[in-house]
Amino acid sequence: MNPDNATLLAIASVLGASLAMAVGSIGPALAEGRAVAEALKAIAQQPDEAGPLTRTLFVGLAMIESIAIYCLVVAMILVFANPFWSFLTKAAGE
Amino acid sequence: MIDPSLDGEVLARWGFAHVDATILSTWVVMALLTGLSALVTRGLSVDHPTRAQAALEAIVGTLRQQVREVLEVDPAPYLPFLGTLFLFISTSSFLGLVPGFHPPTASLSTTAALAGCVLVAVPIFGLARQGLVGYLRGYFQPNLLMFPFHVLGELTRTLSLAVRLFGNMAGGTMIGALLLALAPLLFPVVMQLFELLLGQIQAYIFAVLAAVYVAAAIRAHEGRPK
Repeated sequence: MNPDNATLLAIASVLGASLAMAVGSIGPALAEGRAVAEALKAIAQQPDEAGPLTRTLFVGLAMIESIAIYCLVVAMILVFANPFWSFLTKAAGE
Repeated sequence: MIDPSLDGEVLARWGFAHVDATILSTWVVMALLTGLSALVTRGLSVDHPTRAQAALEAIVGTLRQQVREVLEVDPAPYLPFLGTLFLFISTSSFLGLVPGFHPPTASLSTTAALAGCVLVAVPIFGLARQGLVGYLRGYFQPNLLMFPFHVLGELTRTLSLAVRLFGNMAGGTMIGALLLALAPLLFPVVMQLFELLLGQIQAYIFAVLAAVYVAAAIRAHEGRPK
């Protein structure tokens, strides 16, 4: 079986998208867990400061979440807006 | 190709300018916010506020309190910009519940425009408060060599603001559409609830991050924050 270019591209895109999401979620998830744990510790030590602590926690979580969002955007581009797909279909049509 | 923002759906065209579904939904959100506020603030009264006026006061008061806590200065000059950022993003995510409405923030164009507004507004606020010399001094603050890193940092944080909001909004919309095709009836409802919460959190985060950047700019002269 000799897969043609379109099949190869499809296989590569799907594998790339799934790898991006799978591996790209590990780091942010671990980091967010640690951030929340430390924030809870800090709030337990100083309950009066719960407001600023919670706000800072949310800002930090947003920063960490951005990394996972970047991976999601790459995966979405590969699956839904693949830049090589139209190039291939145009070349195949000629 | 599922495009969550309908950027390609062009509705009208005049020469080189065109109106697509994203611009239309932006106008809808703008009209809703402005129209509701104009209606409610028509008969403002101190002694006998209507319920709508009290609700609006609660919203504005909470926004003002949050901005004051982040900025640690009088929030009056900064509240319109930061409050509007929050209200716009929050309303557009909330309106995503309406069937047939795609939130304008699900398009990279809108989020890039909002991030661009923050990119422009932060130096303006910094210049207004510190003056040209004081503000520019902030760029060289710890060390002369830090100048390119500060500039690069401003560009990357603008990019990350745009992509974070876009990724959350567009991803939510796309996952909702996919779940509707795969496992209808119950899962999409749960996903929509989650999406609602995420939309509000993202609005809060966008506004708070913009406030943090403004705070860094207006404190540039005072050196290290305590």
